[in-house]
Amino acid sequence: MVGIALNTLLMIVVAIAIPGVINRTRATLAGRKGLPFVQHLRNARLLLRKGSVYSTTTTALFRIVPAVYLGAAIVAMLFMPVADLYPLISFEGDVICFAYTLALARVAIILAAMDTGSSFEGMGAAREALYGALIEPALMIGFATLAMFCGYTSFADIFAHEQSFNAQITIVMFLIAYLFITIAFVESGRVPVDDPRTHLELTMIHEVMCLDYSGIDMGMIHIAGWLKTACFSMIAANAIAATCCFHWWLAAPLAILLTGLSIGFVESTQARNKLVRNTTFIVTISALAALIFFIGYLLQSDINI
Amino acid sequence: MIYHITDNEAAAVALKDIPEVDYAALYNDLKERLQDERYHVAHYFATPDGTRLKFYLILLDDSEHKVMLSSFVMEYYEDVALPSLTALHPALHPFEREITELYNVEFDSMPWNKPLRFPFNRRNRNSTMDNYPFYTIEGESLHEVNVGPIHAGIIEPGAFRFVCNGENVLHLEIALGYQHRGSESEFTLTTNRLRQTLLAEGIAGDSAVSHATAYASSIEKLCGCSIGALAIERTIALELERMAMHIADTGALSMDVAYQLGQVACEALRTMTINTTQAWCGNRFGKGLIRPCGTNKPLPHEKIAMIRTNVAEIRRRYNEVIEDIKSSPSLLARFEQCGIVPKAEMQRIGGVGMAARSSGVKRDIRSSHPYAAYASHIKHESIVKQHGDVMSRLMTRCREVLQSADYIEQLLSTYAPSEIARPNYDATLTAEALAFSLVEGWRGEICHVAITNKQGEIATYKIKDPSLHNWLALAIAVRGEGISDFPICNKSFNLSYCGHDL
Repeated sequence: MVGIALNTLLMIVVAIAIPGVINRTRATLAGRKGLPFVQHLRNARLLLRKGSVYSTTTTALFRIVPAVYLGAAIVAMLFMPVADLYPLISFEGDVICFAYTLALARVAIILAAMDTGSSFEGMGAAREALYGALIEPALMIGFATLAMFCGYTSFADIFAHEQSFNAQITIVMFLIAYLFITIAFVESGRVPVDDPRTHLELTMIHEVMCLDYSGIDMGMIHIAGWLKTACFSMIAANAIAATCCFHWWLAAPLAILLTGLSIGFVESTQARNKLVRNTTFIVTISALAALIFFIGYLLQSDINI
Repeated sequence: MIYHITDNEAAAVALKDIPEVDYAALYNDLKERLQDERYHVAHYFATPDGTRLKFYLILLDDSEHKVMLSSFVMEYYEDVALPSLTALHPALHPFEREITELYNVEFDSMPWNKPLRFPFNRRNRNSTMDNYPFYTIEGESLHEVNVGPIHAGIIEPGAFRFVCNGENVLHLEIALGYQHRGSESEFTLTTNRLRQTLLAEGIAGDSAVSHATAYASSIEKLCGCSIGALAIERTIALELERMAMHIADTGALSMDVAYQLGQVACEALRTMTINTTQAWCGNRFGKGLIRPCGTNKPLPHEKIAMIRTNVAEIRRRYNEVIEDIKSSPSLLARFEQCGIVPKAEMQRIGGVGMAARSSGVKRDIRSSHPYAAYASHIKHESIVKQHGDVMSRLMTRCREVLQSADYIEQLLSTYAPSEIARPNYDATLTAEALAFSLVEGWRGEICHVAITNKQGEIATYKIKDPSLHNWLALAIAVRGEGISDFPICNKSFNLSYCGHDL
């Protein structure tokens, strides 16, 4: 019981810490003083205390979506174990449930964006739908690789039964970690796929869908975004922790630093993709996932090469 | 003789020396002449003259360094359509549109006679921004995206209407006029020349030095005063402004593609550049520095040393940024082959300044019609790029910054401060004369024209900011591009809204 509570608490801490680490990394690399570590929390608190303004063209759908979006992200988070701790919800096949809970969130926000009738948001929705569809194979093949290796289809079981120190597993687990960090870039709308700081609606993907949200709704969408990033980051951290030291006190800081530092570093030193190149970028992630699957398969079946 | 021939350094021209020709003769001449790359029209406007409407045309000959003036008249209420030159040479579209908007002069077979800037004294009061006739394309798979007039950032207002097929832009139409302040008529409403100077500085805040220089030199031409060593100081101010704005735009382009290192480095360098201007004259944008017939802020020795050190440091650090940009594949992938304006197209629509030079059209007043220190101390070689894409425009900026830094160093290394006159706001202006001044601002060619009446007061003041021509180049650049690349195309031109709207 204490384990489950600690697990949930750690997930929340990871979710809160990642944006802070990203901001600090960016500020340090830019040679700036930068935002305080907890600035995003203050912003969120401010948003949550405010009411919302609704466009007259929107319907009830638009109003319930932030709740659905945040709810789906919270449920997804509850599937996620922190290394040796046990998550609140866990059952056979929960990896699929996890993926489609997040897909539900995506569908909800796309519908809300279409509901506003704004030409900007329609463009954003089209982009999100395309990239969401393209990233899904990567996610599924990633989960398939994990499931193939250990014969379980629940996050808690996969990682709990995968601790081993043999070289084959280490190779695949590191590749899996890399894959999920890359997926985290796409899912959380970060450079090089999307730019969360831009003010240019025409180039936005995720942000443009939330243009009509304000106050508490906006706050909920931000928080849901943190939780999503934390989930993918935790999968990567678990995969690495499984190869050396499978304990929550390693996995949690690892999850924060892996994603926080890599997103911060990429955002400081690299430009965004041209929008049409995002498709190639994301399909490449799926190709990488397929490659990892085959490497895993070959290693597991002990083929003598 | 159709033209009175003069140059950019000569004194004001008496109105009676400008030939008053038949429109047909002028039309036939321009029809042929403008096909040649060496000619382009710097200004073409109408102004009421008693019961008549008098049209002036200023034609530039780039290879002979000459300026050709011509004029023609028609009755104010004459109901006759002039054959349109825009139909043959689209470069003239802003001029003909302005004439129609202000005086209801019809141009026969004019292909695009839309309102230009909705001035307060427009003839047709029913034509408003709310009913701007946007071009539309119908189709099942097409959609329209409207951006503006209220801008998401903190820049100026303008309405951009995109017709898109999915992510691809088929057509962009830019409707401006929201910033119209009546700048041109303000010049004629006051005879206080200090006030006029301030108005000139406010035409486009990012080109304060260039516009003030254009104003000051047209006044100096009208009162016949020579500025001597001040020409060098003005050139330094102009080049500092060019450096600051080009560096700022390099940073802005980096920001738009989310390249943080380039952005922060350029922001710091831009601050250093404008602070250098501030240390010189007390204002970061050089306001207060340029005054007619003299200056309140002459350059003393210690400031010369300060400017030289700062400029050398900026040049060194900016060079590092350029190397970074050129060696970063993710940036090259964004900038290259994006927003292309081919040379022929740039030529056709009459692009000017650095945008035109990036497309291979060599339009540069500093070399074609030299003024100030460009005529005496510097032999300016324009930087010309051929590709016409965002990268070309960025590289033109980069190289112009380095070039400007070299010019400043070259001028200051031999410059010995001497006694420089204080501004003179009361000199008598030549009566019934026309003075024009051409200045290469950082965006491109700025043209101011002042016409005096019998009393020697300014009766007509006409301003042309390079943005007037180049907005169309932006619309051409984004055709066929992804709509998400519009911001970097826009930033690569960085045109002025208020400079266009006046």
